[in-house]
Amino acid sequence: MEHFNGIPQPVDVLVIGAGPAGMAAAIAAREAGVESLLVLEREPDMGGILRQCIHNGFGLHRFKEELTGPEYAQRDIDRVRELGIEVRCGTTVLSVDANRLVTAVSREHGLTLLKAKAIVLAMGCRERPRGALATPGTRCAGIYSAGTAQKFVNLEGYMPGKRVVILGSGDIGLIMARRMTLQGAQVLACVELMPYSSGLNRNIVQCLHDYGIPLYLSHTVVDIQGRERLSGVTVAQVDERREPVPGTEKHFDCDTLLLSVGLIPENELSRQAGVEISPLTQGAVVDDTLQTSREGIFACGNVLHVHDLVDFVSAESFKAGRAAAAYAMGKRRAGDAIAVRDGQGVRGVVPQRLLRQDAPEAVQLMFRPDAVYENATLRILDGKREVLRQRKRILTPGEMVEVTLKPEHIAALSGGDVTVCIAR
Amino acid sequence: MEQIITCINCPVGCRMQVCVENGEVISVSGNSCNRGVAYARQECVAPMRMVTAVVPVRASRMPVSVKTRAPIPKERIFDCMHALSELSLTAPIHMGDVVCADVCHTGVDVIATKTVE
Amino acid sequence: MNQDIIIIGGGVVGCAVARLLSRYAATVAVLEAGSDVAEGASKANSGIVHAGFDAAPGSRKAQLNVRGARMYARLCKEVGAPYAQPGALVLAFTPEDRATVDGLYRQGLANGVEGLRVIERDEVLRLEPNVNPAVLCALLAPTSGLTSPYELTCALADHAAVNGVTFHLETKVQSIRRAEDGYELDTSRGPARCRVVVNCAGSDSGRLHNQLSSRELCIIPRKGEYYLLDHTDAPPFTRTIFQTPTRMGKGVLVSPTVHGNTLLGPTAEDVEDALDVSTTAQGLGQAREAARLTWPQESLRSVITTFAGVRAHEHGGDFVIGSVEGAPGAYEAVGIESPGLSAAPAIAEELAEKIAKDFRLAVKADWRPAPRREKPFYDMSLQERAQAVERDPAYGVLVCRCEQVTEAEVRAAIRRPVGARTIDAVKRRTRAGMGRCQGGFCSPRVLEILAEELHIDPTEVTKCGGASRLLVGIIGQAAQQKEV
Repeated sequence: MEHFNGIPQPVDVLVIGAGPAGMAAAIAAREAGVESLLVLEREPDMGGILRQCIHNGFGLHRFKEELTGPEYAQRDIDRVRELGIEVRCGTTVLSVDANRLVTAVSREHGLTLLKAKAIVLAMGCRERPRGALATPGTRCAGIYSAGTAQKFVNLEGYMPGKRVVILGSGDIGLIMARRMTLQGAQVLACVELMPYSSGLNRNIVQCLHDYGIPLYLSHTVVDIQGRERLSGVTVAQVDERREPVPGTEKHFDCDTLLLSVGLIPENELSRQAGVEISPLTQGAVVDDTLQTSREGIFACGNVLHVHDLVDFVSAESFKAGRAAAAYAMGKRRAGDAIAVRDGQGVRGVVPQRLLRQDAPEAVQLMFRPDAVYENATLRILDGKREVLRQRKRILTPGEMVEVTLKPEHIAALSGGDVTVCIAR
Repeated sequence: MEQIITCINCPVGCRMQVCVENGEVISVSGNSCNRGVAYARQECVAPMRMVTAVVPVRASRMPVSVKTRAPIPKERIFDCMHALSELSLTAPIHMGDVVCADVCHTGVDVIATKTVE
Repeated sequence: MNQDIIIIGGGVVGCAVARLLSRYAATVAVLEAGSDVAEGASKANSGIVHAGFDAAPGSRKAQLNVRGARMYARLCKEVGAPYAQPGALVLAFTPEDRATVDGLYRQGLANGVEGLRVIERDEVLRLEPNVNPAVLCALLAPTSGLTSPYELTCALADHAAVNGVTFHLETKVQSIRRAEDGYELDTSRGPARCRVVVNCAGSDSGRLHNQLSSRELCIIPRKGEYYLLDHTDAPPFTRTIFQTPTRMGKGVLVSPTVHGNTLLGPTAEDVEDALDVSTTAQGLGQAREAARLTWPQESLRSVITTFAGVRAHEHGGDFVIGSVEGAPGAYEAVGIESPGLSAAPAIAEELAEKIAKDFRLAVKADWRPAPRREKPFYDMSLQERAQAVERDPAYGVLVCRCEQVTEAEVRAAIRRPVGARTIDAVKRRTRAGMGRCQGGFCSPRVLEILAEELHIDPTEVTKCGGASRLLVGIIGQAAQQKEV
């Protein structure tokens, strides 16, 4: 371990996180010619959450084949090693400031100060815990977020329970319904507060329907029982205001409650650095180069907005890595920004700003619809002028929508606000 | 007879109407690509699934994750899980190694999806 | 088990009494029904060291609160527990409230509380801009303080333990009776004998009292539900904000915690079962509704958890402290509800001095100071952090990212004199799992470290003792066992 001398080590591009986003950003930065490049990862290994996502379904877009999480991650890990990128695992970033001064700590290197020309934030997201829902009842053992249970089962080989109720129909919850069933547990129900699932359709089919696990839409857990270990939960239907309807209570005897009730981008470091955070995505407000409101600080992957597909995380992160490389090498893109706003039916468009420039590149706008829309029209407006219109058979909040603005669309923009909206 | 099937090939999750007569698929609609048609035909006649799981490795703190190299008949999933629970593996195991050949006589191998040294 | 002194209950009072009795040449044991010290009311309360204006002059509550509160700063420093003195406000919104606030002011003066002032609306809003602008005036109590009740209890226990007090966890006292020259106890872990028994059993103290004395006491478990919000750089309030008290207690407060979180609560509801610390939709709704009067802009977006605690309300309404009537050698602290935490140091002093005097206990020559508590990593400066990691590389491994708790600290918590044995016990001592992810990330790692340190299988690790195991099986165990 080096002795701490308080002198920051200079680095051109610093990537925080070596999950799929961080690895892709680092690969892109090195491929763009950045020599001085460092990746910090808090876990002992690269790969992020993919390490515990042992199910298949990854990589169809990027690799045109169906991989499991560890296999998908390994491709990037191999590339990171091939490119000789320095990755410090077991290293936690403690602080980041607006001048891109970073403190990190690890067993191996002790406390380290780093001064980066550009930073890519790729810390991923965390699960919303039970406490945040304020679900009444006891605080016994047997209540886990789905990802924590996934870690126990898939990375450590332990079963966290035998009779399971799942609250929330996020993808991790659905995947864990199947996983627990396959390992011999009984999954009694999956309970979703909203009238639609927040998970992917395919997961509802192959994780719930395949195993006869009932999905209760517009229901929630209203009581949790058990003094030491969980002994049961009470589930009730909810009305349009999401309030439990008296008289609809159902009881389940179970020893485990898994929560899959939302993912929250982990932006504590971004906030420290003074990065503006969108209340809708809970991630940074970025321009089309993925630069945040702080110059030289970029964000990508689930720390920016929660994605459904790792393939899109990788694509976005390659872009962020290239942009960070360009910034570190002094090739800064500047220009007036055009605001991109959420219109009717749209929540959390990313990026929120487009930089006007001479030779624009295509930009992918991503967002989630605020409800389920069938046979709807997606419109992009420049003031009142329609720039783009697409018919969509189905739009659901569980699936992120991506629309590409072509260079000619961008070149023709007036400079006023651009609005994305859904018309029924 | 008409069946509604949600395609699981990709996240679009097309809801397809499949017309089956005398055990044969007459028509498929609602798909947005050809893979949907293939899936619908297969799903109505003989549904197939990939199986992924973990298997403990002796003297290793971490189990190894595994998958069937190709989908197996849906009704054989639990047989496959049972076969996996009987396995006893020893490190090193490399990604892609066959940990269980021709699982349950399905003709499909189970392979490791990560490396345990 | 045969001891000179047995203390029943390892809450803040029991541990404070144990610590003071450890100064004397006597064998002392603490019997605690829970899996850790501070498992009852001591872990689930507001953490406020009250100034002492609430209780009627002359009551035990008033005397011991004011005396205890004055002992706090020094005690916390001595044993290594957090303490802060941000002050408190009691808000008045109606002319009746104003009369109440004036009454509290006079009562506080009579109780000997220092620095009290009634301040008008403008000053209230200048001090605490997030207070409801409908406020008329407020009582300002600058001596109102904050502590972390469970950290204090653990620190008191550690100090007692290094001076020879033994702690027996998951040991419930079923019955107690007079014997020749002392008392005989039946516990869940077998019989015990002692010359002196001290009943600090919290919500269970009434039952034990009634086995010792014909003058019956009646403990009514009174549940209080809380919301805990995440800590931020700019908490909404810097002082503890009370509303005027009700018949059931001090009412719902909004307060910073000593760690910079914000606490909303408690409600007050009499319950049948003293162990029922479940939250209810109704209770949480009431807490939230009531808090809005103080804080109309109330934002529960940053709620990280909700919890409930049960305080031991004695029917007579006051603390019952001292010798048990008709039972020589038996002492008690019964009915320790609010301001019990504030009064705990004074209650302990009174009981320990009385016992020492009654039994002519000799002071030990070698009373050791409390074990040094390292500054938490989250409070360290850059230089201190660098030094800590150089000294012990396990400081370089962050186990809990939300609260920045390191592996070194988790291990130290398990190795403390009254060490952590469960996930919750680690949490109370280190804050690992107290943050916004509520243990989602760190609990698997804490579990692993506990198993390592305690030399047990990971499947044996519990959340809070008893049947509260986190893991129920090992995948593929059947195949592995077959081979063995």
